Amino acid sequence: MNYEELIKETALADERIVVMTAENRALIRNLPAVLGPRFIDTGITEQTLIGAAAGLALRGRVPVVHALATFLTLRAFEFIRTDVGIGQLPVKLSGFVPGFLSDGNGPTHQAIEDVSLMRGIPGMTVFAPADEQDMLAMLPAIWASPAPAYVRINTRPATYEHAPFEMGKAEIVAEGTDITILTYGMLFEQTLVARELLQAQGKSVGLINLRSLKPIDEAALLEVVRRGSLIVTVEDHFVTGGLYSILAEVLLRNQLTARVLPLALEERWYRPGRLSAVLEYEGFTGHHIARRISEYLGESGAAIADGPAVLENQFAE
Amino acid sequence: MLPEKQQNLAQLALRVREHIVRLSTDGGCFTGASLSCADLLVYLYANCLNVRPDNLTDPTRDYLFLSKGHDVPALYGTFVELGFIDKARLDQHLTTDDHIYWHPNRNVPGVEFHSGSLGHLPSVALGVAMDCKMRGQDNKVIVITGDGELNEGTVWESLLVASAHKVNNLTLVVDRNHFQANVATEDLIPLEPLAPKFEAFGCEVRRIDGHDFAQLEEAFSALPFSDTKPSVIICDTVRGRGLPSIEARADRWFCNFSSEEVEELLRELHSQVATTLTSETLTVR
Repeated sequence: MNYEELIKETALADERIVVMTAENRALIRNLPAVLGPRFIDTGITEQTLIGAAAGLALRGRVPVVHALATFLTLRAFEFIRTDVGIGQLPVKLSGFVPGFLSDGNGPTHQAIEDVSLMRGIPGMTVFAPADEQDMLAMLPAIWASPAPAYVRINTRPATYEHAPFEMGKAEIVAEGTDITILTYGMLFEQTLVARELLQAQGKSVGLINLRSLKPIDEAALLEVVRRGSLIVTVEDHFVTGGLYSILAEVLLRNQLTARVLPLALEERWYRPGRLSAVLEYEGFTGHHIARRISEYLGESGAAIADGPAVLENQFAE
Repeated sequence: MLPEKQQNLAQLALRVREHIVRLSTDGGCFTGASLSCADLLVYLYANCLNVRPDNLTDPTRDYLFLSKGHDVPALYGTFVELGFIDKARLDQHLTTDDHIYWHPNRNVPGVEFHSGSLGHLPSVALGVAMDCKMRGQDNKVIVITGDGELNEGTVWESLLVASAHKVNNLTLVVDRNHFQANVATEDLIPLEPLAPKFEAFGCEVRRIDGHDFAQLEEAFSALPFSDTKPSVIICDTVRGRGLPSIEARADRWFCNFSSEEVEELLRELHSQVATTLTSETLTVR
């Protein structure tokens, strides 16, 4: 099963599903022939795409809408906020190549404020699967929900056998007493590597795949805080408005504080290139993450050997 | 159109204009833009569209989307006169006890979708029209925009997509009152020649006098204009129509009159003798 097969199966079983795209067909090339008029390509018109999706939703449809994450969440932001948000319509946004996944495109294509923007819209839900398997596990529940939703589409192959998805629940991969890494999306793969390297240094390292950023699994975050370990947030997003901000909000709401190291993009766009080169340059391979955490703890990171980011390049439109 | 029918519509439109004038105080409203499309809305709801208080959830009803949401006093006035909403609700204008404010919202029966941000509802109406076609229903889907609103690129983007997908059940109506918020359209972002612009975007276009019920009937009863193209009806109108003292004035867009002036304006509306006003207009946009 892949993304296209899942959406095809879902749409054939549920006539409310309409597949829409602003000429972004990378993952849905075979659907026009299968869905006929329920496949709507509006051309390169993200705003009209969203407005029309709102209109279709008013008529009882559940539009699953595709565009590059950056143009979807930025170009069409006011349409999402005003038509889908105020209308509280079940429009399902599939954002392609979010975060580091836009690799070689350059800053115009870098959706690294999308989580911040989308979660600011009342009623909007926000999801960031770790890989294809994680994504396929969560999409049926997302599409079946009456809420508007934004999904950071991620079709990278899984390197981890995920637990079943539960709405609003994070996936607790491991618990640790020294360090807990919180992450979402494609960097999950790298944090698995980082965890192993740190464990090999004798550290007890927890790891949580957030999966859903809104609703956030507040209980899971509070449990980590209660344990008193160093918390590291790892995200391919601006430091403002993403997971680090979410954690800060949770802490303040509960009158708590914690030792938190944010690994995110601070006040700049990332250097474009092949995905593996981007991760190397920006310091987000598993080895870099482990070393940055080690150094933050006042230890030499030299003990952590260099290693390649185990990544294939990904096609981006 | 029979003279009797024309007279009935004119009477109805006069009462709607009274509502608009009465809403133009104690906080005010977009009086000028409301008066320009009062005849259009009265004609559509009273005489053209299959939409009534008792079929508002029927998926085969006709749809009207008011994209120039600031003329909502004309819409609510029409709704009161045709029994969609109780007149008492207009007394709640700008109170937080009800949802009667400067732009339409779905807490008011008959409002298909909220608006206020210009250039949105052509695409929303497009989605609705696409779904009606998909289901083989022949509902009319009408979206009314202002002429200043045509500055927004999304109006044109929606028409490109509508014509590409042959959405001929979609009709875009322009309330061509020749004014943006603060200045004449032709002095800021000239729109003329307007009809050829829509034609170039793949639409079938008619241009009429938007205050003439016979012309409105002739144009709207000919919908859809084409088997393949979206329809566009440009209604030439006058901002502030019905009140000579404010007609076609750039500074009478948003108005907040004193209660004495409202009484004078109501007399003017009925007598057509211009009133002297001292209230200053507010710039809201």
